[in-house]
Amino acid sequence: MASYTAMAVEPSQLLDNTQSSDDAETLSFEQAVALLAEKANFKQQEQNLIRLSGYEDERVYDILYSFSKNTLFYVKETKELVSAVNIGDSYKVTSVLAGKVLDITSKSKLKKVKSKNSLRRLAGEYLAILGLKSKNVSIRKKAVYDVIKNVDEDAYLTLSKLVKTEPEEDILELIQVGIAMWEVDSDTQQTRLEAIATLSESLIPDVRVKLAAFNKKTESGEYVETDKRVRTAAARAVGKIDERIGFFSFLDNVVFGLSLGSVLLLIAIGLAITFGVMGVINMAHGELMMIGAYTAFVVQQVLPSHIGLSVFVAIPLAFLVSAMFGIAIERFVIRYMYGRPLETLLATFGISLILQQMVRVIFGPTNQAVETPPFMSGSLEFNPIFAITYNRLYIFIFSIAVLLALIYILKRTRLGLQVRAVSQNRQIAKAMGVRSEWVDALTFGLGAGIAGIAGVALSQLTNVGPNLGQAYIIDSFMVVVFGGVGNLWGTFVAAMSLGVISKFMEPWAGAVLAKILVLVFIILFIQKRPRGLFPQKGRAAEN
Amino acid sequence: MAYRSFTLEMMKNDKGGKVLLLVLLALIIFVPSLNLFTSTDSVFHVSTYTLTLLGKYLCYALLAVALDLVWGYCGILSLGHGAFFALGGYGMGMYLMRQIGDRGVYGNPELPDFMVFLNWQELPWFWQGFDMFWFAMLMVIVVPGLLAFVFGWLAFRSRVTGVYLSIMTQALTYALLLAFFRNEMGFGGNNGLTDFKDILGYDLQAGSTRAVLFIVSALALAFGYLLCRYIVTSKLGRVVVAIRDAEDRARFIGYKVESFKLWVFVVSAILAGIAGALYVPQVGIINPGEFSPLNSIELVVWVAVGGRATLYGAALGAVAVNYGKTYFTAVLPELWLFALGALFIIVTVFMPKGIIGLREQLRKKRSEMNKADSGEDTTDDSVQSEGSQ
Repeated sequence: MASYTAMAVEPSQLLDNTQSSDDAETLSFEQAVALLAEKANFKQQEQNLIRLSGYEDERVYDILYSFSKNTLFYVKETKELVSAVNIGDSYKVTSVLAGKVLDITSKSKLKKVKSKNSLRRLAGEYLAILGLKSKNVSIRKKAVYDVIKNVDEDAYLTLSKLVKTEPEEDILELIQVGIAMWEVDSDTQQTRLEAIATLSESLIPDVRVKLAAFNKKTESGEYVETDKRVRTAAARAVGKIDERIGFFSFLDNVVFGLSLGSVLLLIAIGLAITFGVMGVINMAHGELMMIGAYTAFVVQQVLPSHIGLSVFVAIPLAFLVSAMFGIAIERFVIRYMYGRPLETLLATFGISLILQQMVRVIFGPTNQAVETPPFMSGSLEFNPIFAITYNRLYIFIFSIAVLLALIYILKRTRLGLQVRAVSQNRQIAKAMGVRSEWVDALTFGLGAGIAGIAGVALSQLTNVGPNLGQAYIIDSFMVVVFGGVGNLWGTFVAAMSLGVISKFMEPWAGAVLAKILVLVFIILFIQKRPRGLFPQKGRAAEN
Repeated sequence: MAYRSFTLEMMKNDKGGKVLLLVLLALIIFVPSLNLFTSTDSVFHVSTYTLTLLGKYLCYALLAVALDLVWGYCGILSLGHGAFFALGGYGMGMYLMRQIGDRGVYGNPELPDFMVFLNWQELPWFWQGFDMFWFAMLMVIVVPGLLAFVFGWLAFRSRVTGVYLSIMTQALTYALLLAFFRNEMGFGGNNGLTDFKDILGYDLQAGSTRAVLFIVSALALAFGYLLCRYIVTSKLGRVVVAIRDAEDRARFIGYKVESFKLWVFVVSAILAGIAGALYVPQVGIINPGEFSPLNSIELVVWVAVGGRATLYGAALGAVAVNYGKTYFTAVLPELWLFALGALFIIVTVFMPKGIIGLREQLRKKRSEMNKADSGEDTTDDSVQSEGSQ
């Protein structure tokens, strides 16, 4: 292991590779690290930190990081430096030099290294500069991003060096913004105007704050900034930024609304089959979703180490389980009451109560948490204003896929043809040789199965509990009725528009009032168009 | 005595109704006196708890009769009747709230506790006047009636019928549920209105007040029953039944279907509001939970269990189901939802005419079997219920 010359360095000089070694003291990296655990006063500890930051070792970053977060400890017996992170009841203790997880769970064997707020802040500063140098792209990006918030001369010099070597396009842009943040306060007008032009392209909140400050007045009514051209340029830049922020937050609302809509679509689409195509008011629809969600929960209990896989197992399984329940409900109850929709409403409501209570007896009345698979966490970031979380993105794609699959089944398969035939005219369909009872059972099973799939999706968004279904049943009916019964595209349009409408109302109305307004809107809308957005045409639609 | 003869005429073919009225009369005479004038250790003593419980059932029965009027006779399955009940309840609750005066926790003579808690400085405009009993009672009638009028006027005119109407009424009560949960609405939010002290100066906890409330509830049920019976036996009632059975035909004959439906709907909503107003002082609380769609659907089951389109059946169903609920939730709380769920299914699948229709159903079945024995053809028209859209 090569040893490096340690010396007290200014942060900006860290990037210089031509460090002169005029310090006599030469320690190995390990020795320098070990010094942190020694008894020392704050002054010495500061020296230790400064010395450590001079080493070109990748572990320096981690050590400084846990120092700055106040999680750096040493083991009392061996003086081995470790980072201890609190996980639930116990601690995860990792040796910082060896990178191994140690077999220590209690804090009693550990002692915190000497530190105080100002030292931690110092470590943070070094960290920022070290981060700029890091080979890891995301660490580097974050470091640049952090630096931008508060550019001082050191950071400026560092950034000016980095701008020449940075290979990543987006980090380069950030670096340029950082440089401009410094240069905007320089002496020459030309430089300042150029810097403002650069800054006007950025959406980082701190940049806007900085630019807006140019047009602030002092108490006596004078502008803080004396240069008029700079002021107007800054004002124009703020205007431009605001315009873009406005656009992107609009886009953000639309995307968020669409993702709300895709949830609505998922919960309503099964109902669009049972209610829309078959004319059965299935109040147990919510509980069929609940069964799907519990299926996802059970699958995760069975496969605790394969969370990602469990989702893919749960989707078809939930479809099957809910479909079985659906077919059973159809065979034992609903088939006695075709043509009496109001009574199916009551009977299926009874079923929903029984299913809820059944789940309560089996799984207990409390909510169960279903873990999110790793590929669904995190988000797709476009800029500081606009980002889409992956779970919303996937659920959107998933709901569209389910819709398309369902349309395919109804329009292109033999079963679909028979379903449509029976729903349009049962007698004639029977006369043509369609086994209507069999078709009824399968259709209901299909609708129920899709409810099950929706339940799996919901399990990723909310807690899974016995009341899951009840929370969504009215929403799903609203969507189907609003879209027009018996029309899948209508359901799609209704779900998406209701999602977007409620998202846009939320900022000024609040979530609950927005929901009330949506309900009132639908109630009034149905008065105007009693058969929904896209009414079914033809004789079948008459009663 | 033209009026009396008319009443007799109206009740002539109504055996069940006569029984109901006689039972109510007996209840009015015996229950309060057994509560007030017997000693607590007597075998015949009716505890205040039982008295209040019975009073509660009577309010439910009135609500069920109100629903039966629209559902049984007019074919409008309202899944939002709980909303009218709750609105009536809130009307009474607001009066009782104002009666607390400065006896609340914060001792503010003008503002109810929850408003003080929310830092409100003055009474909102919609609370004005509720310190007067007559005004509050007027509102108990006007508010549910007006809501029903507006909703019905919109819905019936645009011919929203059947399932759609049911779902819309459900949305209505759901929207109200969400709205009343909001603290900003000024109705006490989640906690609702409670801690009532007295009504018209009489202590609500006193046995005599309870007894009077019981008698008033029984009278209200009797009055509600007679009113509904009057409506359904009148010419108007026959038109309403015609609308239920064949709406288009009734329209083509020349009746203004919307007006008939609207009228019946509003009357029913007002009765539901009165039931709610009587319910609140007896249970001592009104909160947004009363708006929950579940309550309204349960109410439909009371009517279905008792027997639709009989009025007295609805009252019977309400009392029977609620007695079952009280019994089960005390003895086997886990089983109650199973029992209720099973009740929904059994009633809709096997007993489309409810308890009241059970005897007739059995008789028909028996005569059918006899006929089948003697080799005649049978037609099954008894089980198929009418009036569903």
